[in-house]
Amino acid sequence: MGSVYRARDLHFPNVIKLVAVKEMINQAPDPVVRETIVNNFEREANILVTLNHPSIPKIFDFFTHEERSYLVLELVNGKDLEAILRSSLEPIREDQVILWAIEVCDVLEYLHTHKPEPIIFRDIKPQNLMVNQQNHIVMVDFGIAKIFKTGQKGTMIGTEGYSPPEQYRGDATFQTDIYALGATLHHVLTRRDPRLEAPFSFGDRPIRQLNPVVSQEFESIISTALNYKPEDRFKDITSMKAALVSLARKTGALSKVASGDLMTREQNIKPLWVFKCEDEIRGSATLDSGTIYVGAYDNNLYAIDAAKGQFQWKYAVDGGVISKPLISNNQVYFGSEDGKLHVIHSKTGKRSWMFTTEGPIRCSAKIAEGHIFFGSDDANLYAVNIASNRKSWAIKTEGPVRSTPFISNDLIYFGTEANEFLCSDFRGQVKWRFWTKRPVTSSPIVSDGIVYFASLDSNFYALDAKSGWVIWRFRMGKGSVASPTTVENFTFIGSADGYLYCVEKSSAKEIWRFKTDHQVSGSPTIYKDALYFGAADGTFYCLDYKSGRQRWKFTTNGPITGTPMAANDIIYIGSADHCLYALIA
Amino acid sequence: MINIIKRFFPKRQKEEQKRPTAIQTTPLSEDQLSSVSHSTLVHKPAQFLIGSGQSVGIQRDHNEDTLFSLSSVIADGSNDLTFGICIIADGMGGHKNGEIASGVATRVVAKNLVSRVYSRLLNIHSDPMDESIQEAVENAINETQKAVVRYAPGGGTTFTCALIIGEQVTIGHVGDSRAYFIYPDGRIQRITKDHSLVQRMIDLEEITEEQAIDHPQRNVLLKAIGQVETIHPDIQTYQVPKGGHMMLCSDGLWGVLPDTEIYRIVTSSNDPVLACNKLVDAANAEGGPDNISVILVDYYGQ
Repeated sequence: MGSVYRARDLHFPNVIKLVAVKEMINQAPDPVVRETIVNNFEREANILVTLNHPSIPKIFDFFTHEERSYLVLELVNGKDLEAILRSSLEPIREDQVILWAIEVCDVLEYLHTHKPEPIIFRDIKPQNLMVNQQNHIVMVDFGIAKIFKTGQKGTMIGTEGYSPPEQYRGDATFQTDIYALGATLHHVLTRRDPRLEAPFSFGDRPIRQLNPVVSQEFESIISTALNYKPEDRFKDITSMKAALVSLARKTGALSKVASGDLMTREQNIKPLWVFKCEDEIRGSATLDSGTIYVGAYDNNLYAIDAAKGQFQWKYAVDGGVISKPLISNNQVYFGSEDGKLHVIHSKTGKRSWMFTTEGPIRCSAKIAEGHIFFGSDDANLYAVNIASNRKSWAIKTEGPVRSTPFISNDLIYFGTEANEFLCSDFRGQVKWRFWTKRPVTSSPIVSDGIVYFASLDSNFYALDAKSGWVIWRFRMGKGSVASPTTVENFTFIGSADGYLYCVEKSSAKEIWRFKTDHQVSGSPTIYKDALYFGAADGTFYCLDYKSGRQRWKFTTNGPITGTPMAANDIIYIGSADHCLYALIA
Repeated sequence: MINIIKRFFPKRQKEEQKRPTAIQTTPLSEDQLSSVSHSTLVHKPAQFLIGSGQSVGIQRDHNEDTLFSLSSVIADGSNDLTFGICIIADGMGGHKNGEIASGVATRVVAKNLVSRVYSRLLNIHSDPMDESIQEAVENAINETQKAVVRYAPGGGTTFTCALIIGEQVTIGHVGDSRAYFIYPDGRIQRITKDHSLVQRMIDLEEITEEQAIDHPQRNVLLKAIGQVETIHPDIQTYQVPKGGHMMLCSDGLWGVLPDTEIYRIVTSSNDPVLACNKLVDAANAEGGPDNISVILVDYYGQ
């Protein structure tokens, strides 16, 4: 442990000369060990004094006083790479990173070929690479501090995440610095901190997958440096530098070609059939016994033959239909902007009954225990008895209820536009209430005792379903009205920041994210090994749900806000271009 | 009481009344009843029992492990909540620093979770928590880092803790102590991943699980509290193994007892304290090469 002080050199009383003073504390209790440490310190300091390279701070003096040893060295004005990464949102340009990398290679080459004995830096990481005011690299925190750390079981040399496998076994060679430089470049380009990942797992995070504008050549140089076996890396730092220099020579041309080839081919996807309504389809379709039911903003609910896309019947109401129709016992239940919950026969499209609320119904309904549950913009969650068509109770909330309730273990979960999330029992008694910072339009799901939902406050929440305690929060770039989906240990959520996220349920770790060109308001559907979702960019995507890689996409002429419906290897999705599409899964 | 249990929905009752009378069968005997109804009986509140065991082992002369457990239940019929904290820390480092490190880390986290999380259960009015349960565990573990560096410089400790709230258990983990779920159906599942060199080599398929058991570097950890600048503990939340067990232990136990033996001992005893004693005895019978610490949580009810 030690500190670095900014100090003024009083040898020059007439000018202000600032220096850095590094203090190291000798904590070894055994006097023999203490003495060895001081001797090692002096030996190493003597080597450092003789170094002369623009990227190495000059040593002015060193001394030991009681249990503390000090190095007086050149003060570097600048920011280390870790701070630069932290303070910038955008990735650092490849050209810039290549130039810095060459400078690091240059100083390592100087150290590795130092006479009489070569020097291994042993701790290359963003934090130890300063960028000075002239935009040049200065290497700080020479391994000298390591002398003051006593070795024991499990102690590591170097910094976890950046160190190569052999360093964990105590071997430090020239290859150690090459690997750590590779690890540092990987971190800078991908912005993924290797200390947060499993050691030696760079191969699992290909640079260009995380930052597609990086050139293939640069990625390949870095992967070579990161090979697990030292003999598979560059044979020395000079050859790594040579590879970087030759890349830098062509780099101007390279940066333009780079983005093209990672983009997945837009395959020629032909819909099985297309059904056109008279206005936008913003909601989701439901499939039941070979018929697709979908509402549109032309105030109709449509019944369409699922195999051929042929019109069967439509039912007109007095407002747009955004809610996903619910089919139960040959009845279709759906809400409308006209404030009514409509119930019609699923075969004939004839009216059975309806229930009127005081505001538009934007959420979908759920059935349990002989009741139908749904929310309305009149700020109520209703429980209506299906047999009597009468209201059993309503929960009056603080704002419109647009989130579709989820029912699990005799409890009802839903959010409101007044920043609430509620859990109620079947008697309409609120068991617990959780406050978010912005509305909860997202419809919750419960899985393994945890309720998941998103809010416009940019958080994706996991709450204990029984008590409402927050298990974790996952921060997205913007708010979300989308609803989550889960499969295995994964949960998926779209956001207005344009990403679809895959988050591990148990740890809240991001597994992958997929970028679209606009908001993702609909929920994804998992079907077999694929994930399907649409975005406001008008595109419908099919991804491999484990890796987040795109398999194909299909472009419509309007934003997609609904959730796809999948069955019998066909995916159904509506678009604001008035069409319902049937696509082959 | 009936009012509380009974659903108010008239429709549901109607349905039940309308159901045609099924074929008459002879009533089940008491034995038959208890054998089929055991798992479905709703005894409230759901709860758990915690046992623990510790031994210096046969080959070490002093103990560097620390363990901690706390269990509590609050129930008022409508909002029942169980709460528990289990911690195992396996210290390392010369002089007394190993035992100091594990002791300090355990106390700091236990104190933190009690004041930040447990005390909220006892507050009459409490503001919403400004951190999630996972953040609370992570922050508590991060705070131990400073304390360990201060009180046990040079020392280090593994750290595995379980924060049980209702049906969810949140595990915070650094190092190579372990947490297991043992299900009534016979599965024994390790839920933590060792931060060790051999585990990493297994992941890279450089060595097999079998080779890891007596690998010369099996004691090399990739991280431990007090040994790295930033800890980044693994934080994970799972549903508790209902009707089963959760076990936390140091490598003095898992390093010598195979999973099958652990399963046999845990499921052959109805009492978690006795089971822990047997686990410790079994590890010592295998030579007791290291300090042994084990905590066993038996879950009852649904």
